[in-house]
Formats: sequence, C-alpha cells, structure tokens
Amino acid sequence: MTEPVLSIRNLVVEFPFHDETFRAVDGVSIDIMPGEVVGVVGESGAGKSMTGSAVIGLIERPGHIASGEIRLKGERIDNLPEADRARLRGKRIGMVFQDPLTSLNPLYTVGQQLIETIRTHLPLSEAQARQKAIDLLSEAGIPKAGERIDSYPHQFSGGMRQRVVIALAIAAEPELIIADEPTSALDVSVQAQVIKVLKKLCSNHGAAVMLITHDMGVIAQTADRLVVMHHGTVVETGTVGDIIRRPREPYTIKLIDSIPTIKRGEGEIIAAPAANDEGAYVTVNQLVRDFEIGRGSFTKLLPGKVEVFRAVNEVSFTIPRGKTFGLVGESGSGKSTCAKMIVGLTRPTSGQILVDGHDIWAGGAGHQERRKRVQMIFQDPYASLNPRWRVRDIIAEPMRTLGIARNRTEVEQRVAELLRKVRLDPSVMRKFPHEFSGGQRQRIAIARALSSQPAFIVCDEPTSALDVSVQAQVLDLMSELQAEYGLTYLLISHNLAVVRQMSSAVGVLHNGVLVENGPTDAIFDNPQADYTKMLLDAVPDISKVA
Amino acid sequence: MTDLPHSPEQPVPAAKASRWKTFIRSDIVWSYRRSPVTITASIVALLLVFMAIFAPWIAPYNPFNPATLNLMDGFTPPNSNSMGGRYFVLGTDSQGRDVLSTIMHGSRVSLFVGAMATLFAMVMGVGLGLVAGYVGGIWDAVIMRVCDVQLSFPAILIALLIFGVARGIIPPNQQEGAAIWVLIIAIGLANWAQFARTVRGATMVERQKDYVAAARILGVNPFIILLRHVLPNVVGPVLVIGTIGLALAIIEEATLSYLGVGVPPTQPSLGTLIRIGQQFLFSGEWWILLFPAITLVLLALSVNLLGDWLRDALNPKLR
Repeated sequence: MTEPVLSIRNLVVEFPFHDETFRAVDGVSIDIMPGEVVGVVGESGAGKSMTGSAVIGLIERPGHIASGEIRLKGERIDNLPEADRARLRGKRIGMVFQDPLTSLNPLYTVGQQLIETIRTHLPLSEAQARQKAIDLLSEAGIPKAGERIDSYPHQFSGGMRQRVVIALAIAAEPELIIADEPTSALDVSVQAQVIKVLKKLCSNHGAAVMLITHDMGVIAQTADRLVVMHHGTVVETGTVGDIIRRPREPYTIKLIDSIPTIKRGEGEIIAAPAANDEGAYVTVNQLVRDFEIGRGSFTKLLPGKVEVFRAVNEVSFTIPRGKTFGLVGESGSGKSTCAKMIVGLTRPTSGQILVDGHDIWAGGAGHQERRKRVQMIFQDPYASLNPRWRVRDIIAEPMRTLGIARNRTEVEQRVAELLRKVRLDPSVMRKFPHEFSGGQRQRIAIARALSSQPAFIVCDEPTSALDVSVQAQVLDLMSELQAEYGLTYLLISHNLAVVRQMSSAVGVLHNGVLVENGPTDAIFDNPQADYTKMLLDAVPDISKVA
Repeated sequence: MTDLPHSPEQPVPAAKASRWKTFIRSDIVWSYRRSPVTITASIVALLLVFMAIFAPWIAPYNPFNPATLNLMDGFTPPNSNSMGGRYFVLGTDSQGRDVLSTIMHGSRVSLFVGAMATLFAMVMGVGLGLVAGYVGGIWDAVIMRVCDVQLSFPAILIALLIFGVARGIIPPNQQEGAAIWVLIIAIGLANWAQFARTVRGATMVERQKDYVAAARILGVNPFIILLRHVLPNVVGPVLVIGTIGLALAIIEEATLSYLGVGVPPTQPSLGTLIRIGQQFLFSGEWWILLFPAITLVLLALSVNLLGDWLRDALNPKLR
C-alpha cells in the first residue's frame, strides 16, 4: 500500500475563551493518497475549514492544535517551527481560497505574483519562470495567456481570477492542494468551469486535493472520496457514489435528504397548475429600470450627457393566486432589482406592477394597497432583523404600523401565535436576534413578514445564507404556510434546485432580460433558450454523481 | 473545559441569568476589569465629578460669599493656618478665598459647560449626520460641505467668533447671566462636525441593511425609521466620541476662560482660576495656579482615558 500524501491523526483544535474552551475540531483523522481528490463536506461550524487551516498551519490565535498529529508524506509537520511551516506553504502544499479578490495582491500583476512564487520555490531564471507562468495560465484555461500575464488582478473576472489562483497554487508543483470553498463566490456557469480546471490541473501535475466545501453538488462532480464532518468530528467516510446513494450514518442520511436536486424524483407529483380560478394575482408588465452611472450629487445638477445602465429590461410575467413563481439568474442579472421594484423600494423607470388589480406605483392609493398585501423575506437573516430590537417588537412592527393590533396584550398574543406558526417557542419573544442561529432568525423574519397578513411575499434568496439541512426546514415551512394561508410567492434564487422544488412556474433572467418563462417542468426538462440550457448543464448537482 | 454545542437548530437556552448577571459577564465588563488604567481613570473621574456636583455642600468654605472672606487670610500657603487663624489645605488666593473650595466650585462650572456643550454638539451632529446619511443626495452634499468648512477652522477660533458676535447682540446688563450659555453654544458649534461625520458614515451602512428595507416596505414614516431603527444602531461610536469630546470641551472651556472670554469671574471655572493664578506665579504664590491646573489635567486625562477604553471595548478589532 502506498503512503498517503497527507495523514491527519486524531486532530484536536481548541479555542480558549474567557473561562471555557471551544473544541472546533475534535479528533479528526483523514488520509489522502497521492493524486486523490478528497472532499470534506459539512455545515457551517462543522470544523472543516479549521481542519484545512490546521494542515497549512494558519489557525488564527488564540486557537491552537491541542493534540493529534499531521503528517505530510510521513513526516510530522504540525510541530515544526513557524519558519519551516512557512516553507511548506506554496512549495509542498498549495492553497486555493474562497475569495479570489483577496487572495491575489491587487498591487502586482498576475505575472509578477506567479513568477515570484515559481522562483521562490524552483531554481529557474526570470525568463524560464515567466515561460512557466504563461504555460500554467494557459493550462488553467486563460485565453491569450502570453498577453494577459501582465494584467492586474482587477482586470480579470471572478472566474478568471480563481483560475489564476489555481495556477498560483499549482505553480511550485506541490504534492497537496487545499481548496477551501474554491467556487462558492462564483456564479453557477463559471463554477463548473473552475471545478473542471481544478480537477484537470491537479491530475496533470499529480497533486492530491483536499476540497473543502458545503456544496454537495460541487463534491459530487469533483471528488473521489468524501469525508462528512459534523460538530468537529468525522461522521462518515467513503466514495462519493456510495455516500450519496447509500449513506449509512443518520446525520449523512439527513444531510443528503435535505439537498434539493434539479432532477425531479419518480414518485413526486407536482401540484398541477390548477385551473386558474381567479386569474393572475400579480402582474408584472414591461418592467424597466435604468440606473445613471457615476455622477456626484453636485455634478448631477450640471447639464451633460447621462450614461444609463439598464438593469431590468422589459420584464413581464404573471403569478396566479396561491402559486410560486421562481425567478432565477446569476449575479447581475437584475433579479434583485426586480424584487425591489415589486415590493416598492425602487421606483421603476417604466412598466407596471399590479397586485390584486392595484397598480402599486400609482401614487398614495397604490402605496396603501401595497403595504397591506406585499411583504418580503430577505437573504441575510443577520442583516434583516434590527439587532437592537427584541423579537416581540420586530414581529409586532408590521401589525402596529398597519393598525392591525394596537393594545399590548393583543399584540403579544398575535406575536406568540406567529412564533408558533414558524415553529418557535413563544417565550423567545423577549430575546434579541443575536441569540438565535441563522435558521431561527430566518423563521423570525418569516413571522415578521406574516405579521402584516400579506397575500403576496417576495422571497429574495431566502435560504442561500443557510446550511442545507436548515434550508430544507425553512423551505418546508414556507410551503406549509403557503398551503395554510393561500400565499402567493415570488421566489428569487440563483439555486436552481431550490426553485425547481418550490415553484410552479419559472422565469430565467439574463442581463436584465427575461429569456424564458413557463411552467417549471417544461423549463427544466425541455429548455428552449440557449442560456437556460447552459445554466442547467453547468449546475453542480448531486444527481450528476459519476 | 467544556464543549460548546454548536448545532444550528438547537433551541436557544432559556435566559435564566438576571440582567445584572448578563451585564457582569459581558465583554465590556471583562475588558474593564482587565485594565488597571481604566479602573484608576474611572475612580479619579468619579471622585472629581462627585466633588463638583456636591461642591456647595461639601466645600469647606463658600468662596463667593463676601461676608465670609477675610483679607487677612490672603496668600496663605497650602497646609497652614492663616494670619486670621483659619486652616487651609490648599492655601488661599489674594482675596483670602480657599483654593480647594474654588476648585470644587470651578470644576462644577467646567463640567457643566463641558457636558452641556458636548450634549449640544451631539444632538446637532447626530441629527444632521442621520439626515445626511439617510436622505443622501443634495442634503448630504450640503451638510457635509458645511462640515468640511467647519473642520478647516480651529475650534477655538469658531468659539471666539461666536462669543464675539453674541457679545455684540446681547444687551450689556444681561451679558453676565448669558455668558455661560453663549459659551456652551460656542463650544458646541465648534464640535458638532465630528459627530455628524461619524453618524453619517454609520447611517449609510445601516441604511443598506435589510431591516431598514423591511420597515420601508411597510411604509413606516422615514422619521420613525431614523429614530427607532437607525439611531440605536449608530450610538456606539457616538458614545465614544462623546466621551472624548467631553474632555475636549472641558479643555476648550478652560482655554476660552483663560483668554478672558469665558465665564465671568463671579462664577469662575477652572480656566478662570488658572488665569487668576498665573498672575501670582512669579511672586511665589504658586499654589493658586498649580492646584486648579492639576485638577484640569486630571479631569481631562481621566475622561480621555475612559473614552479610549470605551472605543477599544466597543471595537474588538483594535484589541
């Protein structure tokens, strides 16, 4: 049996606090063989990134390795002096981090950074190193690498930048690459390409990869073996196919079950688009929004040419009462701008939004109708609840503002009832938002949205800040509430699997234009627009496991 | 050594600890207890404030009652009996006034002016900063340009200017009573820009957050949003500048009074006492100047140290 490249034995990482100690990694053992891609998955707080940091010796103070050992090709590296560990980084262990913008130095050209790395670790002349840098870049799929090598990081797009980072990680021919969420900051279509590059480069250069991610889809398409982590311990280890199709541990089973997929299972019956009893509840007609670019508030007063960027371009769709319309698109596609116009935060440049027959941008009357009917659930449950307010006041604000309930006992009763509806204990109403986890906060946000008794809720990426298992619970809750109150949803998401699971109809936005719009199954199974086809192909999904 | 369970969906443990216990365990108290400098500073500041507030009741003499003054007590050195046979810890000045008592009454005036001026600057700066940051556009541009202009003048110059203008407007027979309020407004107007800038920045950050959007969707009145949503989230830095601003305002008041444009000599502040004292510095009566000066330094320093600690405690990144 060959010797593993990386061998982690009973690793424990601890963080001492004022008077207690938190164990971030608790007895983890992982082996990685030469040339192998091992995926490490887990939800936030599972200790997966901390394991990666421990290997490269970059645990932030006051955290430290309390016990266990890490061996690279048989030699212990966890107890080396800092200077020796620094020598390992880059030379024998390459790193790819989540945010390609911060892992490249913005003040140096890509070439300078690559050449510096190559010459630090390999005995090459300037010219040879430059040639190698160009080779690496073109291998990483950067077109015209010879010309682009003298560009600065900001002149590359996010996906291209991440390719540069991968080239940089592989530059010194390391034996092991640690990739921590390498594609989480990227759009789906770019994500797929970057994963391919990572995989190809590593196999070309014979480097083993430790791929840390929360995204099972990415793992399914990349890794050979899978390590599932939970609460700082390893729950299950096995080949990707085995774990995804035949998970053994209860935690893994729950995790795999909660991942939505873009393929619809055999037995599932979707709520057939029932006969439209009342027609469209929400009608969006030829919606346009332009933004002026780059003018200060004083210079704006001067006459002159105004440059305009059209974020949303003639978008039209309708949502029947009690149904969910999914709006998908990548970053910059205009989906959030659409949401802001529909909830009344941003005035449309032209076009019409009708909710229950009322034009919501038609002066004071439209404004009043909108307040009563439209609510919103936001992406980030850490920013959508005022940190200085108690949960009771947060949930009570809509009913107080709209005069649904005024006196104290009535308000408290209603708040308690809403908390029960979102499966939280009514006693939590005296607490502040920071005392809750992400999923619980999102429930509070949902309770607040329901508080004004709306008929239509715009959900802007309601689960993308949450872990998969929590995401599943929140989505279930949303479906139950929809059934109970007959709510109409506009679900905005970049996650195609979530949209498929939740929506009865889907619209695909690309650069502000609605390229396709129709019943969910028709779009997912038989996409017409090229962009939709590309998007569906690119999605990393657990159904695509090799 | 305990394991902290970190399951995302675990129920939040019920808050059994009382409010006082939570406070005692908080990071702020922790960082306070670990800083001997801060503890010393807060004790000094508290003593001085206590002394100032209760001056009329605890001061050994009433230095402003001509009936109790005796010229025979004049120029008594510290820790000795006067020719009139009375004992003075810190000595007396030319009029026979007890230096300790004048300092107590003087700090009272200094602290009052400093606190009121800071409060005035805070209210004005926070109000304008909130509007500039939240409304944006032309309002923001105008308010911030005024701020820039104000910051390009030395604060003392502005205070002097306002003081001079007020003296021209207010009728002479009311000037004595109004002087202290003119001083407060002058120092306040010289210091509001710091608050406005900080609050504007913080407001611009908060305005982007979704909880503000949620309130806007509901159609909550913008004024209520500013007051109830944004303001509580921007007060942290305001408290810090306020504390440091208090020390600044006390020093500015002393400077103005030293220059002779501050409070009238009938109700002297620390600055006035220093001005009076420096006349006698070269004739050997050093205590008339030294003790008020030490008090001023102690007051400004302790408040400043408290402000520094508060800034660090509220901003963990600086630790």
